[in-house]
Amino acid sequence: MTREDLQASLTERAPGAPFDEGGQWPTINPSAEAWPELARMLREDPLYRFDYLFCLTAVDWKTHLTVVYHLRSLSLGHTLVVKIKLDRTTPRVRTVCNIWRTAELLEREVRELFGVEFLEHPDPRNLILPDVWEGFPLRKDYEDPVNMIKL
Amino acid sequence: MSDIQTEAKKLFPGTVHDTPGGGVMLGALEDVINWARSNSLWPLVFGTSCCAIEMMSTASAKYDFSRFGFEVTRATPRQADLIIISGTIVNKMAPVLKRLYDQMADPKYVIAMGACATSGGPFFYNTYSVVKGADHVIPVDVYVAGCPPRPEALLHAMITLQEKIKAGSKRERINIDGTKIK
Repeated sequence: MTREDLQASLTERAPGAPFDEGGQWPTINPSAEAWPELARMLREDPLYRFDYLFCLTAVDWKTHLTVVYHLRSLSLGHTLVVKIKLDRTTPRVRTVCNIWRTAELLEREVRELFGVEFLEHPDPRNLILPDVWEGFPLRKDYEDPVNMIKL
Repeated sequence: MSDIQTEAKKLFPGTVHDTPGGGVMLGALEDVINWARSNSLWPLVFGTSCCAIEMMSTASAKYDFSRFGFEVTRATPRQADLIIISGTIVNKMAPVLKRLYDQMADPKYVIAMGACATSGGPFFYNTYSVVKGADHVIPVDVYVAGCPPRPEALLHAMITLQEKIKAGSKRERINIDGTKIK
């Protein structure tokens, strides 16, 4: 589907998710509560068929955190970006491991580096940091006087 | 005498005396040993990041380093005598690097290739995970600047190391327990 068609169709099917203008790919911004159902629909609906989650990261804006999902459909050929705004003190969103299995590793990484809690994740261990690490290194307010030299 | 023979006389550490029935070369044993060591340094396969791509390109056909004697890159440190640290050393990799260096037999040499191995490079500020220079972990003989250094720069560093070895290693090196290595 073209970008305009995708945008029109999603505005109709998911009214609570406003679109972002500009950007390389169409972007929607659902709330954390509406995300599980929307994810299921994006995967299974024959119009969308987003079967490839190719990126899952987070961004630390100093006032809040945003979790960003990049979805692609290998059969229909369109791409979508999903951005979910989360509160900084208790960032919680439901896992999408049961929908896209690659999220198991991607969410482990986001959890250890940003502190975003993914509810009902089957295996919430650290991925690259040692198990005894304290703090969330990729947050803007992370301090490490031993290793970090501040510019 | 032809040009090649005069050249060979300059490169080889000794004087050639022409005697009937062939020539005789006389030189100091130390010089001959250093000459042999420098012309057959076998590097260890050690590449962590982007500098490894430049090292691979230095090893392959266009900028071949095997014409200088670095013929075989060994996968095991027990058979290598040079380690080219090409790439970033992170805190998790530092004990591995130390272990590989300890497993190499003397005499062993180290080239720190690129900005990351020299000083942490672009990751010097504001990072929790990078060792700010490989010389925090093992002693380094030659540093190469660049991010990544061109193959010609790496070849220049390798030739500099060869000249350093031929000049005789006047740098004092010490064992783990503090005694000096001759």
